[in-house]
Amino acid sequence: MRKENNHHSTHRRFARAFKRQWPLHLMLLPGVIILLMFSYFPMAGIIVAFQDFNPRLGIWGSPIIGLRHFEFMFKMPDTTRAIYNTVFISFMKIVGGLVVPIFFALMLDLVRRNNYKRTIQTIIYFPYFLSWVILGGILIDILSPSTGVIGLMFQAVGLDPIYFLGEPKIFPYVLVVTDVWKNFGYGTIVYLAAISSIDTEQYEASYMDGANRFQQTIHITLPGMVPIIILMATLSLGNVLNAGFDQVLNLYNDIVRETGDIIDTLVYRIGLINNRYEIATAVGLFKSVVSLIFISLGYWLAKKFANYTVF
Amino acid sequence: MKKKKKNKGIRHGSPVFDVFNYIFLGLMALICIMPIINVLAISFSQSGAAAAGRVTFWPVGFNLESYRFAFSRPQFITSFWVSIVRTIVGLAVNMTLTILAAYPLSRSKKELTGRNFYAWFFFITIVFNSGLVPWYLAIRQFGLINSFWALILPGAMPVFNAIILMNFFKQLPDELSESAAIDGAGHFTILFKIFLPVSLPPLATVSLFSMIYHWNDWFSGLVLLNDMSKHPLQTYLQSIIVVRDSTTLSSASRESLEMLSQISDRTLKSAQIFIAALPILAVYPFLQKYFMKGLVMGSVKG
Repeated sequence: MRKENNHHSTHRRFARAFKRQWPLHLMLLPGVIILLMFSYFPMAGIIVAFQDFNPRLGIWGSPIIGLRHFEFMFKMPDTTRAIYNTVFISFMKIVGGLVVPIFFALMLDLVRRNNYKRTIQTIIYFPYFLSWVILGGILIDILSPSTGVIGLMFQAVGLDPIYFLGEPKIFPYVLVVTDVWKNFGYGTIVYLAAISSIDTEQYEASYMDGANRFQQTIHITLPGMVPIIILMATLSLGNVLNAGFDQVLNLYNDIVRETGDIIDTLVYRIGLINNRYEIATAVGLFKSVVSLIFISLGYWLAKKFANYTVF
Repeated sequence: MKKKKKNKGIRHGSPVFDVFNYIFLGLMALICIMPIINVLAISFSQSGAAAAGRVTFWPVGFNLESYRFAFSRPQFITSFWVSIVRTIVGLAVNMTLTILAAYPLSRSKKELTGRNFYAWFFFITIVFNSGLVPWYLAIRQFGLINSFWALILPGAMPVFNAIILMNFFKQLPDELSESAAIDGAGHFTILFKIFLPVSLPPLATVSLFSMIYHWNDWFSGLVLLNDMSKHPLQTYLQSIIVVRDSTTLSSASRESLEMLSQISDRTLKSAQIFIAALPILAVYPFLQKYFMKGLVMGSVKG
């Protein structure tokens, strides 16, 4: 009797919960469907990396052949070169992307005139919003050794113009510098926001003790930025294998492939240009798995040291 | 205002450094913006002067010919139109899905059974990416290749935007939804009548993100659409600016190659680059205004 009663009330509780909750589930439905289609369904497509893929048989009908594509992948000299280039470029970008904005935020913080400060912020932040197609177009033009404005400047001071986009030794550094150019304004604003939330009483107290601006910067501003610096550093860990696909694809060419070819451009080339789906999927999977490890590590560290959670 | 004055007073130091700092920052900002000004100057110059490399930061022989020429090219106009339609439709779809996902995710576990499951379901998509080829094959499987919707649907659910909005909803006072619920309001009413009207800053932030994404994206157009006539502006621009190596050459159609030989003109390229950057410039003041707030809400929540 009692049992039945219980059952009845649980049932009612569910009914009540459903009545109250169904709109919430309904709201989530469109997003869930889109992610199922374009994030989860492709995960099933990873199976191609383990198959002898035959377009006629499709993803579900092609025979499984194990890890042969991965063996082939690591034997390809292109792969090891691309992995090396990717890590080399992205490491420099991560470091530059941390150091430059921190430095700029500290310098901007010392500017007393607010109009000047705002103007500088507005200008350095702008390239962040332009696409790599536009920035690539601009860079290809200004870096052209014959007619580009940089070349003209070199000539004006009596130097031989350098072909920045056609010199394998220089190309990775061009990528790093132009990436910092595009993104450091964004970072600067993040750090300035953190600085503005530092308690002014600390500055007042140190002023009473006779500290000057630099001492304040070293002993108050910088320590006040530590949490956000840790957060940005840990989250940027996830980018170890992201050397900037959009950027490289818009700036590189055959001459600089040796130092400029990264995992993403390699996947694009063998996958969508040469249509060798299996190898490209295998290389892409390698990247995704390593990235997953680093991103997870980044989030874990961010939670541990900066108390950051996504959801 | 008062605070700022105070701030000045409590941070003293040598004026020599101030001069140095102002000049240094000014120079850096100038270096940042100079490439863009250079391209702008070229676009307004005579093509002869530009081809000879005589233009630096001021137009030589000011004229609007290249702009007139750009807008007389049917392919340019078509692509421009595709980009505008795509940005409007994409924005509408993105915002609908963002708002609809952010609200339930901002509710507690008690209010939404399975909240943790949903949170993981969304989170996994930002930490694991199955790669370019499986993504492409999936879109092909759904029959979206060469369809306008290939520009809209794959990115229809911007998870990061939903997180920004969700964090804003989370920090709204509980009384706001509770009192409405007592009055008999359902979740849809609470979301649209109570939450959205007080969430304009984060809504502005995420809509600007979404607009910029759709305006700037060129890759979907390049790999998912075969017809040049369906390409958005940035894809078209990419085909005329960056086609220099065999990779991109082999993916470009013969039509684009022919076009390439016609448009070797530097001023014309510059004009088109600038036209493509113009909408970003137009929304930039709004970006500036709302971005700070959105950013602080999104990535640096307390």
